[in-house]
Amino acid sequence: MENKYLKDDIIRSSGVNPKKCMKCGKCTATCPSFDEMEYHPHQFVYMVESGDIEPLLESESLYKCLSCFACVDRCPRGVEPAKLVEAVKLSVIRQKNSNRLKADDVVKYLDEDIPQQAIVSAFRKYSK
Amino acid sequence: MQRIGVFVCWCGSNIAGTVDVKAVAEALKSEPGVVFSTEYQYMCSQAGQDLIKDAVKEHNLTGIVVCSCSPRMHEATFRKTAAAAGLNPYMVEIANIREQCSWVHKEMPLGTEKAIILGKAAVAKVNLNAPLTPGQSPVTKRALVIGGGIAGIQTALDIADAGFPVDIVEKKPTIGGKMAQLDKTFPTLDCAACILTPKMVDAAQNENIRIFSYSEVEAVKGFVGNFEVKIKKKARYVDETKCTGCGACIEKCPQKKVPNEFNLGMDNRRAIYIPFAQAVPKVATIDADYCNMLKNGKCGVCTKFCAAGAIDYKQKDEIIEEKYGAIVVATGFEPISMEKFDEFAYSQSKDVITSLEFERLTNAAGPTAGKLLRPSDGKHPHKIVFVQCVGSRCASCAEKGKEYCSKICCMYTAKHAMLTRDKYPDTDVTVFYIDVRTPGKNFDEFQRRAVEEYGVNYVKGMVGKVTPEGDKLIVRGSDLIANKQIKIDADLVVLAAAIEPDKTARPLATMLTASMDTNDFFTEAHPKLRPVESPTAGVFLSGTCQGPKDIPETVSQAGAAASKVIGLLQKDMLLGNPCVASSNQLMCNGCSSCERVCPYGAISYEDKEFPGPNRTVKVRRVATVNPAVCQGCGACTVACPSGAMDLNGFMNSQIMAEVDAICK
Ligand SMILES: Cc1cc2nc3c(=O)[nH]c(=O)nc-3n(C[C@H](O)[C@H](O)[C@H](O)COP(=O)(O)OP(=O)(O)OC[C@H]3O[C@@H](n4cnc5c(N)ncnc54)[C@H](O)[C@@H]3O)c2cc1C
Ligand code: SF4
Ligand code: SF4
Ligand code: SF4
Ligand code: SF4
Repeated sequence: MENKYLKDDIIRSSGVNPKKCMKCGKCTATCPSFDEMEYHPHQFVYMVESGDIEPLLESESLYKCLSCFACVDRCPRGVEPAKLVEAVKLSVIRQKNSNRLKADDVVKYLDEDIPQQAIVSAFRKYSK
Repeated sequence: MQRIGVFVCWCGSNIAGTVDVKAVAEALKSEPGVVFSTEYQYMCSQAGQDLIKDAVKEHNLTGIVVCSCSPRMHEATFRKTAAAAGLNPYMVEIANIREQCSWVHKEMPLGTEKAIILGKAAVAKVNLNAPLTPGQSPVTKRALVIGGGIAGIQTALDIADAGFPVDIVEKKPTIGGKMAQLDKTFPTLDCAACILTPKMVDAAQNENIRIFSYSEVEAVKGFVGNFEVKIKKKARYVDETKCTGCGACIEKCPQKKVPNEFNLGMDNRRAIYIPFAQAVPKVATIDADYCNMLKNGKCGVCTKFCAAGAIDYKQKDEIIEEKYGAIVVATGFEPISMEKFDEFAYSQSKDVITSLEFERLTNAAGPTAGKLLRPSDGKHPHKIVFVQCVGSRCASCAEKGKEYCSKICCMYTAKHAMLTRDKYPDTDVTVFYIDVRTPGKNFDEFQRRAVEEYGVNYVKGMVGKVTPEGDKLIVRGSDLIANKQIKIDADLVVLAAAIEPDKTARPLATMLTASMDTNDFFTEAHPKLRPVESPTAGVFLSGTCQGPKDIPETVSQAGAAASKVIGLLQKDMLLGNPCVASSNQLMCNGCSSCERVCPYGAISYEDKEFPGPNRTVKVRRVATVNPAVCQGCGACTVACPSGAMDLNGFMNSQIMAEVDAICK
């Protein structure tokens, strides 16, 4: 199902032009979260381009991306798939007004092995 | 007063679709000088041209305006039409109402209004046109071919066969180019040397062909039919006329650690060397960067063993000056550097190689005598991964890759994969591809054989990373059809590196005033209709210097370039372009501005006497233009601060009249 409004919104907010993708799969080739992801970086690009966005909104894949930017670095066409993942994630957070990580939850994750920076950045990534 | 006829072309619907051609013809009727105005569906057709000829006679026309496509398309056509009707061909002006009007506008009223304005400008110009007569210049009946790969060799052979002398300038010690480095060639798998070396020998033995090897073009002057070229023969420290190519010197040379460029650095050669057994000319060359004698005067072994007395440590670069009627560029290609593709670990592991290196590793005359062995440990690889499109179709990595498709990699990768499986059935061969592009006679059939008969494993997806681990190379890629991530512990990884023009192509293009595209491939005069001519008259293109090509295509283009050269050289005289510059010496103040901007060196200065006040005579330095050299670019007319330079056919007054007509 094509979701034109959401598609335009995601393309605009990410600054990504999914039409530039030549479907080579180099992004997916080394994505460290591949096994945890239901939709892989090249699929993200293709699904956004074809407006098939609803399944992405529901997918856990959104939260499996490490933002390592390997896909961005490798893509020969400058598509920047990670920015799309980020944009879809933000639109879920904004749309449903549902923060993935609430301030109250942070305590739960505190662990002396985790650098505090990681928590701060997770908070930034998963909340409005 | 001129009697001008206006002819508005519909170009089918190309123009008539967005321009009201009848309205244009009608509007131009009342312009000054116009005595006849009409429109027609295809002005360039026989019927259209007859219409023009009849009108010239019937209305006693002295000038013609054709409102049609770009002058680059049909100016020559309509000039011929005018000449056939007895008019001076330079009394024709074209108003470009297609490329610059109908094709860029969507609305009829706007398009029509602009077409009328363009027509008015052309009419204003014709009112000031004067008949021009081109000068003639003789043609030097000798051709120069720059680059001695298969392209240059074929072009030279074809020109020589037609009876004209040809010189090949090759920068390396031997002709042959990349084809000499290949093993077998797709799609028929004949051995490259077996089909190339006979041609090299033919070139060497043809009495119409001279080969300047280890030489480069230093300077080019002149113009079509009359180029003057300086060629630098680099010192090879061996007298070519004496050396018999026996190789005794090479055997004895103590400097054994020179990376062998012919085998892409995978083994070593001596400081004195012959690149390969079938080299043409088969003459030794001393590499001055490594020769002990040349570097510190200690050695001289080769001269002791040379029975022919050919070694000459004192040899100097030599400059040869020669005249040519035509120049063919055949400078070929190079694979791009893989250094910056960190993800494929090319610089980290010896067992990550390029496809050209693979050719040498499978070539019987290569560093491993044709046995496929890993460069790192000399072991036979059992798992080989080929990666296509490395650095090709790479739009986002201008600093390391190329945006275009290199065209030959799909086919040679299929060849490598197939030959490996044929010779070593115990190897696992995987090819990662984005697309497999095989347009060409018997090409797709060839690639399918690799899959169906030879069991090559083709995976749709790209490799993302290669990591050396122990004596293995861990290849991570994706299989987009199975939606899987793949990991292969390979023994050898072969990268199909993109190809790019030779680095010397750009400075050469500047010398030749030939144009290049943003990738440094030479541009053709027309991408479809004039593919082997450069836009610079007398300069032709052959082979991969113009764009990626395989051998069959290179050879066809080489023959086509030769036929264009032959067509030029068989003429005794060439008609020049009468639209050349000249200076009004009364206005010229000798400032040298024009000389500095002229790209063709057409301007010089002379001291001339001019009458001064009270019957005195004053000597002044003034510019003169050599009309045989001037190409009519007009740069000088713009540079001249006193307005003394003017260009026939594009006089300042004519340009101003056009501007006035547009602004009216
Ligand atoms: C790995 C690989 C495998 C291939 N396999 C096949 C195959 O199986 N079948 C097939 O059809 N094609 C194959 N090709 C393509 C083939 O190599 C080319 O089509 C062919 O070599 C092009 O010939 P060329 O003369 O245009 O260029 P080149 O072979 O590059 O020759 C150019 C020559 O010009 C010289 N030169 C460059 N600049 C100057 C200068 N400024 N002054 C003087 N001399 C100069 C160079 O030294 C060189 O000798 C393969 C290519 C590669 C990379
Ligand atoms: S940024 Fe996300 S999608 Fe891209 S490679 Fe890293 S984990 Fe995978
Ligand atoms: S690497 Fe880039 S071009 Fe290739 S599939 Fe991923 S997004 Fe598309
Ligand atoms: S230089 Fe002398 S020794 Fe060396 S190959 Fe030539 S003839 Fe033989
Ligand atoms: S028009 Fe002027 S600048 Fe151009 S080639 Fe002629 S003399 Fe040189």
